[in-house]
Amino acid sequence: MIRIDSVTKRYPDGTVAVDRLSLDVPDRSITVLVGPSGCGKTTTLRMINRMVEPTEGTILLDGEDIRRRPVTDLRRSMGYVIQNAGLFPHRTIVDNIATVPRMLGWGRQRARKRAAELMERVGLDTSLAERYPYQLSGGQQQRVGVARALAADPPVLLMDEPFSAVDPVVRKGLQDELLRIQEELGKTIVFVTHDIDEAVKLGTMVAVLREGGRLAQYASPAELLSAPADGFVEDFLGADRGIRRLSFLSSAALELTTDAVVPADASAERIAASGARYLLVTDPDGRPLGWAEPGELIAGDIRTDRLLPHGRPFVPGADSLRVALDCAVLSPTGWAVAVDAGGRVTGVVSQQAIGEAIRAAHARGRTDQAGVAP
Amino acid sequence: MNVLHFINAFFSDGAHWHGYDGIPQRLLEHVRYTLLALALATAIGLPVGLVTGHTGRGGNALAFVANAARALPSFGLLVLVVLLIGFGLLPVMIPLVVLAVPPILVTTYEAVRSVDPSPVDAARGMGMRESRILLRVELPVALPLILSGLRSAAIQIVSTATIAAYVSLGGLGRYIVDGLYQRDYEKVVGGATLVAVLALLTLAVFWAAGRLAVSPGVRGR
Ligand SMILES: Nc1ncnc2c1ncn2[C@@H]1O[C@H](COP(=O)(O)OP(=O)(O)OP(=O)(O)O)[C@@H](O)[C@H]1O
Ligand SMILES: [Mg+2]
Repeated sequence: MIRIDSVTKRYPDGTVAVDRLSLDVPDRSITVLVGPSGCGKTTTLRMINRMVEPTEGTILLDGEDIRRRPVTDLRRSMGYVIQNAGLFPHRTIVDNIATVPRMLGWGRQRARKRAAELMERVGLDTSLAERYPYQLSGGQQQRVGVARALAADPPVLLMDEPFSAVDPVVRKGLQDELLRIQEELGKTIVFVTHDIDEAVKLGTMVAVLREGGRLAQYASPAELLSAPADGFVEDFLGADRGIRRLSFLSSAALELTTDAVVPADASAERIAASGARYLLVTDPDGRPLGWAEPGELIAGDIRTDRLLPHGRPFVPGADSLRVALDCAVLSPTGWAVAVDAGGRVTGVVSQQAIGEAIRAAHARGRTDQAGVAP
Repeated sequence: MNVLHFINAFFSDGAHWHGYDGIPQRLLEHVRYTLLALALATAIGLPVGLVTGHTGRGGNALAFVANAARALPSFGLLVLVVLLIGFGLLPVMIPLVVLAVPPILVTTYEAVRSVDPSPVDAARGMGMRESRILLRVELPVALPLILSGLRSAAIQIVSTATIAAYVSLGGLGRYIVDGLYQRDYEKVVGGATLVAVLALLTLAVFWAAGRLAVSPGVRGR
């Protein structure tokens, strides 16, 4: 565990970049430092690998003051990833990645083999190994940066806005990749970003910093979204915090109905018996075909090309309430289609029903919090 | 026309190709002075430029010294040194080195300063020692510029090493000095042509050195 214990950083010009910050970074999880520009995120991160020395306070790594170790040893036990990757332009990709193993005295062959392994791990084609950084796209360079940081298998990874210089699509890919790698490797990651969406997506814990380097709130993303500590945090989370919070609520408890689901060869009685305004028609395997009003359906001869599109379905339990609500909002009938992992319809649910589920979840959340509040 | 005639006459005269005053001998002497002066100037200018460029300290002092050195006329300095310590190789080396150190020093300093800070930051962050950062990151990235400083120093030495002849040493300057004295313009033009050819050869050598020593990752852009 990394323990930041009432640390202050005052730069020689008098700027207080970090002010009595205390933070426990749990092992094997992603802790995100987020906040507006200039709030001291980079300074905090760089104090952990002693690129910046604190003015006051101490930082402990597994209970030991980080100043007790030779600074180069400390840094070699922590991967460091920066914005724009900072690759060595004169070295090939494979040599870039092999840098720390080589510094630690590994043989050339072993280091290069390890580098090739890591290229695969971060989703880089090994055919890029002998290229130089300028021959790679920004997203690829960033992957190399991550691979280089992981090369000597350090327990800690420090990442300073690693994905902020790439376009949103590439960024999403890199974020997913990081989560996947973290799943496999279980590093202790401290991740700096100014993007609250990125923080909420990646963080196990999120520390929101405010100007002057003070901690505004330290909480899990779900807690942050449901109970911002003050107006600053609330503003920082943005106007759609309520919607984003739904990402953390499961859709498993939604009550599905199958009354409005009919197979394409349904009988007239079955069509008439449903009583629903719209019916979801399925194929013989149970996969959704589309929506229709009961009056339009002719028993035994349903024209599938005349159906309304059913839109994207959701998987109860696997998808969040946010996804379920999104499906309902985008559906032409206002009903979301639920399917199992194989894509077979398990039922449909209305916007109203989702709304009630949200209210119920919020009420549960409040009693939960009331339960743990001091 | 006259010049071409002189050149032709000079190089086709078989007597100019043999003996202690022959072209091979003079060329060799000239190359020797040049290499020695360049080596000395590099030994001074390169390390100082690298270290000041890496730390970023002493840049102003360095610019001052370099400008002062540039303001010294090489020939005047030669005369002064000879008056002080007499004839020999050393008084020739001093003005040549004084001439060559500033371009090496200043370009090396600027080259290291202009290296993109993020790879350097990354290197430091991964626990690389300062000396290794300088030699394994900053130097290779700054190398094209550093070589250009060495190249201009080398060219200046090649053309200025002719002054060695004034203090009765050899080199291609011999032809120019003797030719002027003897009013043998064929010799003067021949000597000057050889200096020019040597300068071109120097350019070629540096071009080849750049191809060999500079990483394609740095050169490629
Ligand atoms: N070397 C320095 N000397 C003086 N002041 C500094 C130095 N580095 C940073 N600062 C100041 O400290 C404060 C915090 O800087 P820091 O780089 O940690 O912010 P940040 O949260 O990372 O910002 P950004 O999101 O813009 O990267 C800022 O006011 C900055 O101007
Ligand atoms: Mg920053």
